[in-house]
Amino acid sequence: MIRLPDPKPGILAKRDAIIAALRALVPGDGVIGEAIRLKPYETDGLSAYRQPPLAVVLPRTTAEVAAVLRYCHQEGVRVIPRGAGTSLSGGALPLADAVVIGLMRMNRILEVDYENRLAVVEAGVTNIGITQAVAGDGFFYAPDPSSQLACMIGGNVMMNSGGAHCLKYGVTANNLLGLTFVTIEGEVIRIGGEHLDAAGYDWLGIVTGSEGQLGLVTEVTVRILRGPEGARAMLAAFNGIEVAGAAVDAIIGAGVIPVALEFMDRPCIHACEAFAHAGYPLDAEAMLIIEVEGSVAEQDALLGRIRDICARFDPISMKVAQTPEESLAIWKGRKGAFGAVGRISPDYLCMDGTIPTGELPRVLKRIGEMSAEYGLQVANVFHAGDGNLHPLIMFDANDPESFHKAETFGADILKLCVEVGGCLTGEHGVGIEKRDLMTVQFTEAELDQQRAVKTAFDPQWLLNPAKVFPLKDAA
Amino acid sequence: MSAALTPGNEAAIAALVAEAARHAEPIAVEGAGTKRAMLRPVQAARTISTRALSGITLHRPTELIISARAGTPLAEIEAALAAKGQMLIAETPHLTTLMGVEAAPTIGGAVAANLSGPRRISGGAMRDHVMGIRFVNGSGEVLRSGGRVLKNVTGLDLCKLLAGSHGTLGIITEVTLKVLPAPEASATLSLPVPDLETGRRVLSAGLGSPFGVTGAALLADAPRALLRIEDFSDSVAYRSEKLRETLAEFGDAEIVPDAESRALWLAVREATPLGAAPSDAIWRVSVKPTEGPRVAAELRAAFDAKLLLDWGGGLIWIAGPATEGAHAAVMHAADRGTFTLFRAPDALRAAVAVIPPEPPPLAAIARRVKAALDPAGILNPGRMRAA
Repeated sequence: MIRLPDPKPGILAKRDAIIAALRALVPGDGVIGEAIRLKPYETDGLSAYRQPPLAVVLPRTTAEVAAVLRYCHQEGVRVIPRGAGTSLSGGALPLADAVVIGLMRMNRILEVDYENRLAVVEAGVTNIGITQAVAGDGFFYAPDPSSQLACMIGGNVMMNSGGAHCLKYGVTANNLLGLTFVTIEGEVIRIGGEHLDAAGYDWLGIVTGSEGQLGLVTEVTVRILRGPEGARAMLAAFNGIEVAGAAVDAIIGAGVIPVALEFMDRPCIHACEAFAHAGYPLDAEAMLIIEVEGSVAEQDALLGRIRDICARFDPISMKVAQTPEESLAIWKGRKGAFGAVGRISPDYLCMDGTIPTGELPRVLKRIGEMSAEYGLQVANVFHAGDGNLHPLIMFDANDPESFHKAETFGADILKLCVEVGGCLTGEHGVGIEKRDLMTVQFTEAELDQQRAVKTAFDPQWLLNPAKVFPLKDAA
Repeated sequence: MSAALTPGNEAAIAALVAEAARHAEPIAVEGAGTKRAMLRPVQAARTISTRALSGITLHRPTELIISARAGTPLAEIEAALAAKGQMLIAETPHLTTLMGVEAAPTIGGAVAANLSGPRRISGGAMRDHVMGIRFVNGSGEVLRSGGRVLKNVTGLDLCKLLAGSHGTLGIITEVTLKVLPAPEASATLSLPVPDLETGRRVLSAGLGSPFGVTGAALLADAPRALLRIEDFSDSVAYRSEKLRETLAEFGDAEIVPDAESRALWLAVREATPLGAAPSDAIWRVSVKPTEGPRVAAELRAAFDAKLLLDWGGGLIWIAGPATEGAHAAVMHAADRGTFTLFRAPDALRAAVAVIPPEPPPLAAIARRVKAALDPAGILNPGRMRAA
């Protein structure tokens, strides 16, 4: 288990006074202090870690967020920002002496502007909510993390979320224009705006993906895009992981960038098929889901090119969706992959390392060997085009030994990712989960440089402490 | 300015910086020095150039990744990519003619200035494609951020801070960039328009269409809207026709074929249609696209402004007299966006705010971030803002 800092006794002792002060700043039912009502906030998507906070505040306006931060800063109270609590890395895990600021009540869409292709939304709007607001007019918001029904744009900004379609459309950072940012001192700052590429330092870039270390975001100006004429998916199944990886290389090498290029291994295919009945080939060792966009004729042409390329790698089977419904069926299994694995094993850890795609065969082989060594099943489903792996390690949470083994196995996978030239996390964030592995990827001087930037924003280290950066002995 | 020091390796740069930091001696930082006339002049006894730090260190076409030392000429990287049918996504401008220089711009300089061309609107900015960076900070430490993979959220993204920091936060020594296959074909829809506002509406209609427009510029004299399609040949033919139908309400667009289309966008990338005179100052303004025509009109009323609009109308290149009055007019017109004094004589650049001032709380954070990376304040002092 990962070590958390000791609560500040002085803060715990002032608990009632702090809650009373917060109630004055956020009137109505916006402050939660009762133990039973704090329970839903004690964990996030990394549910192995639980810790109820001192209190939860649910502000409705930027001004309330600023007032709460100003107060916490004055009193030296630690702050944990929270969106929908879907973080898979423990990014929203509370501390016993911390105030959680939940942004779910800030859920209004403030402006949609098709002429300038942008939308201004509050941080608590769900990811899918943005697309739903503009879909009727043929537009969409591109990043689509698997949790998009629940996760909130503010959390997406903080974690720089990706999704299945970022091979073509980029991650959150590539789809933002501006933020309303609130500093730990309670200053409200407009970053960026409705235009591209503000001069000066790239505050938008450094805040995006900062995991709540630098400040809070209350409003987001996103780019919205006109959707393509249509999209269609195909399946290609192979009898080895290596040939599937080679097919991925060949597709990209031929100058074809599909809008999505997803990879599943045998255990994952079986889990998803049992769950979604998508018609996945159960005799395959590896399967690719490839999606292209454009008019029907363009889809046909692109899928034809991709079929020809895949055909060179002795596929067991290929299936090109003929209708949008068939495309949906192909995607249904993939989108439900985590849930499907959850049916086989109630508990799993989802890893998120990225590797150079050329290393895929070697890394998947080694993960298979480690799975046997640890005696824990693993299913692989990931974004093949960009090398972002998602090994799902299955374990039994009721058995502390099993959990410990799963954590060690996960750490070994991430170390392997770094060893082959990759990184610890492609889209889920470091959070609490990967904090102590940061020294595998970075030198102490590099971590100190990042810490110094954090200090420039948050001199007292009150914002989301004990995440991202390994604790110093003094901490 | 004395002759630049041109260390041949990263360690030598680090040693020079560490030495300068000990004595608190300012250093001017540059690549090939092609953008000296941009932003504010730097007062420093010594200049360190990365131009001897040259060469492509990794190119994996199927991984869409290229790494190069900072001093590698942009043209060398473009040629290596083209040999494998690939390209820099942000269509980075070279601007040698515009800046009146002979030297070849470097990849490090392009990243440090975060310079993006017409494809910015569809493919993202230069800094969006910086997957990894090696740099020497103001204390002389060699540090890395990011890596060589396409998706990476491990730790604070210092690549983003370094890109566009014009050498004030660190000396970039090596960059790793995401690249893409170069399109097989391209075509441009060219449509004369009565005025810039109509032209801007043509661009918005094109960008709001499902046909994947990758360039949207507006020539200001004899106004003409330009919309680019790039893809496989069949798609380009199909989509340009569909786009022409979409724009029918604005008139009958001419479809400019591949080779001519490429030449046209090279000119837009290099801001050639701006027609800047050697004595002119040049500004770049970025606003939301619907504001572009207003900015243009305001500047035309203020002085004899030459103009070129790109990025759907949101990027306005401006050439005009190198005076504080003209600069004040640009600042005013860009008050809901951003501006950069892109080329001007030293006297004007030293006298005015060359980029917009930041609100006090952000300016305070900027000072602390600068101190976090460059505690002695020696790297390119005053390059972006007056001390």
